[in-house]
Amino acid sequence: MSELNIRERQAGDVTILDLEGKITIGEGSVGLRNAIRRLMQEGKKKILLNLSGVGYVDSSGIGELVSSYTTIGREGGQLKLLNLTQKIRDLLTITKLLTVFDTYDDEADALNSFN
Amino acid sequence: MTEETVELKLPSRIESINEAAQATADAARRLGFSEDALFGIELAVREAVTNAVVHGNRSDESKPVEIGLAGTDASLAVTVRDQGEGFDPGHVADPTAEENILKASGRGILFMRTFMDEVSWERPAEGGTLVRMTKRK
Repeated sequence: MSELNIRERQAGDVTILDLEGKITIGEGSVGLRNAIRRLMQEGKKKILLNLSGVGYVDSSGIGELVSSYTTIGREGGQLKLLNLTQKIRDLLTITKLLTVFDTYDDEADALNSFN
Repeated sequence: MTEETVELKLPSRIESINEAAQATADAARRLGFSEDALFGIELAVREAVTNAVVHGNRSDESKPVEIGLAGTDASLAVTVRDQGEGFDPGHVADPTAEENILKASGRGILFMRTFMDEVSWERPAEGGTLVRMTKRK
């Protein structure tokens, strides 16, 4: 089993990635980077990351979330976060990134925010 | 009195980070640290070993990273040593400063300092960087 499993869903023009596992240096961070890169190549620029299944993130994983956010933003798209675990919320608070990201606890609210 | 000593000597590759993190989490759990504390201790060790592998030893697998864990009922002391050219924590930019907030890297030391009670760096005479971290219950 890979460190990070990524399942893709489409809700209108928003692509939801359900992430499960770890976003840590190596396989997890690279997996997320590749998934975002592929969506950008497919012209999918409204992306919602569902983090409810992510049990662990390190500084590399936080860096990957930031890179994804800035890359998509530069291309005129939007990246938002759904269902932060308390640990990820703590790490985003410590790094002062919690106010940088648009974060949601409800998928419908998150989807509506893209329009 | 519970005492725990673990010593690891691992090659400088990404898989070693997971191995060190797992060994640390196992030791901290046996010592009776809370799940909250375990998360932080494991993260701090991940970050220290990542720095040793990637920045210190520049992923040269012939250069080992040495990890030492020494636990008691009251605390867990961790040492991480690389064979690199040395490291000055005073020259690390604040990742929470406005100009750095959107950078992709530079947050590892912040996590180490946040989740451990003591963190210090030494440059031993025989070379490399030695990180010492302590977590008290």
